[in-house]
Amino acid sequence: MTAVSARDRILSRLREARGADPSAHDSERALVEARIREHPVGPRPTMAWTDAVERFRAECVRAASTVDTVATRAEVPLAVARYLVAKQLPTQAVAWPELGDLDWAAADIEIDFRAAQGDDPVGITGAHLAIAETGTLMFLSTPRTHPVTSLLPETHVAVVPASRVVRTMEDAFERTRVEVGALPRATNFVSGPSRTADIEGVLQIGAHGPFRVHVIVVDDRAPPASA
Amino acid sequence: MTTTAFAGGDAKRARLAPKATFKERVHDKLHDAKVQRAMRNFNLAGARARAIGELDNLEDIRTASAAIRDRALAHLDVWLERFEREALARGTHVHWAETHDDINRIVVDIARKAGVRKIIKSKSMVSEESHLNVALEGAGMQVVETDLGEYIIQLKGETPSHIIAPAIHLNRDDVADVFHEHHGTERKTDPTALTMEARKFLREHFLSADMGITGANFLIAETGSTIIVTNEGNGRMTTTLPRVHVAITGIEKVIPTLEDVACVLRVLTRSATGQSISNYVSINTGPKGDGDADGPVENHVVIVDAGRSALLGTDMQEALRCIRCGACMNHCPVYQNIGGHAYGWVYPGPIGSVLTPNYIGLENAVDLPHAATLCNQCGVVCPVRIPLPDLLRKLREKQTDRGLRPWQERVGLRAWAWFAQRPGLYALATRVAARIGRRMGGSNGLIHALPGNGGWTVERDLPAPQGRTFRELRAAGAKRAS
Repeated sequence: MTAVSARDRILSRLREARGADPSAHDSERALVEARIREHPVGPRPTMAWTDAVERFRAECVRAASTVDTVATRAEVPLAVARYLVAKQLPTQAVAWPELGDLDWAAADIEIDFRAAQGDDPVGITGAHLAIAETGTLMFLSTPRTHPVTSLLPETHVAVVPASRVVRTMEDAFERTRVEVGALPRATNFVSGPSRTADIEGVLQIGAHGPFRVHVIVVDDRAPPASA
Repeated sequence: MTTTAFAGGDAKRARLAPKATFKERVHDKLHDAKVQRAMRNFNLAGARARAIGELDNLEDIRTASAAIRDRALAHLDVWLERFEREALARGTHVHWAETHDDINRIVVDIARKAGVRKIIKSKSMVSEESHLNVALEGAGMQVVETDLGEYIIQLKGETPSHIIAPAIHLNRDDVADVFHEHHGTERKTDPTALTMEARKFLREHFLSADMGITGANFLIAETGSTIIVTNEGNGRMTTTLPRVHVAITGIEKVIPTLEDVACVLRVLTRSATGQSISNYVSINTGPKGDGDADGPVENHVVIVDAGRSALLGTDMQEALRCIRCGACMNHCPVYQNIGGHAYGWVYPGPIGSVLTPNYIGLENAVDLPHAATLCNQCGVVCPVRIPLPDLLRKLREKQTDRGLRPWQERVGLRAWAWFAQRPGLYALATRVAARIGRRMGGSNGLIHALPGNGGWTVERDLPAPQGRTFRELRAAGAKRAS
């Protein structure tokens, strides 16, 4: 096969170019494996903020998302309805199956628990984690957490428990290694609605992805102990 | 040798691509009112300045990012093997392309085997190197660029003028005309309305394409994944909706770990568009799994050499650190005056002036290493500390060594060297030249036309010598002081 020999030719060209010692190949491989095993964290900027959830909310707004906060998960359907009605948006939605236990009928939202299609107006998802530093949602694809639902609809609503907010992307990767192991097919970081500035550098919100990203934080952290 | 990695057809095409000489192109662009207006309007440098201020340890992060790229380059073959092993384990097909022709052959082959008719593309500069769209269309497939800027220039039959803002040389009227012509819709000039029109037309393509082609900002060795950084969402569509996904990227784009990705991202997006993070950062690992409702059935990665390996282990290696943010061109006084098309090949600006001669041959890009003032704005802003002025100067030296400079310059420098080695004669010659220069300057002390080098004085005057040389003035000063 040509492809195989192209591979070998490229790799041997690289070895020759860097003057590699053929007998060192195993030890070099071990070095690479050790680096991956250790995956050291690089320098991060000083973060003058302490409350990750506060920072997350503020950065979401800076990324042109909107944010609401509710005290319990049960309040999510009414919060979604409030948002959709206020923005005069359709109240038909598709959602991840994990949101199926909530009382959507009471909020007058017509909902299907399936992957979004090209003409679904509203997609409601959870989130694997959220990153405070940049106001970023992190999604992992699984058969029950469809990537298309945060992508195709014009409006995307994400439900994020406060306990899932981490400080930085490095923290998100480490927590994913511990909780999930290998990355799934799609790992998506989303920070605000889709945008472009390709015509005269003028910023436009809503290029190919959602026009609106609405984040509902479920504040499931323990209330501060009274003094 | 740079040329060994090239099939003859590629090198020829690369040489034939630019329609005029560099100087002719520059002249055209400097006198093109539209390009000049677009360039004055263009200010990603300001956006970067605001965003970079958020990092109180910017220099530490730049140093760490350069070190991450250097670590990958130091054992590039080993990291690539590690990437390949993980990618294969996750069901990704890994292809290796030695030349630009290989890229086209491999991708056409994948498309044919999968019975592909329509292809959507997210931005891929490597595919611009190989003219992949021409190859795919030649094989009877429809190719639709989906990045808004790329879509506009595809409809106009043009090439990108910037690596992240490909249509920056056009204005809203150009877009209005091309959309009106190709979409058959009412002509509109409002950027919002134009963006919505493109969204509507491209949505149809997203939903009906068989194959998606993207670039990859990095190949992650730890996980065997490709990663793309976008704002519009077309990258996510292209990697999610069609049944086949092909990512094309250079051998140098391997990065060791996820932590390294997190580190470099902080400076990549800030340097590019002034964002703390792009809207979408998408890591793709293998094809769709059992029970997945979306994602491609086939996932391919094409790893491209096409001249890159020739830089490894040489004094040009630092150029392979490049993460394609565009900051060097956004800060380059030359780029800002002539725009991207004047450079004549895929990559414009300072990094282009380094990569193009290396990838298509120094003899095919003689003017590019000189298309810089060596002011080092690019070196100061580069997030991975590529010493761009040094690399440009080294390329100039190589050109001189290989006799690639014009004969006037070679003769002139030899003459100067002859005099410089004879201090007495040198002093006499400069005294004569200074006096002649003073006469030429006339009453206002400016030379309007330089004999033998008329080009220099086309757009400016040369301040005339004052009549005495530096050494004469210094000698006179020393006499007065004693």
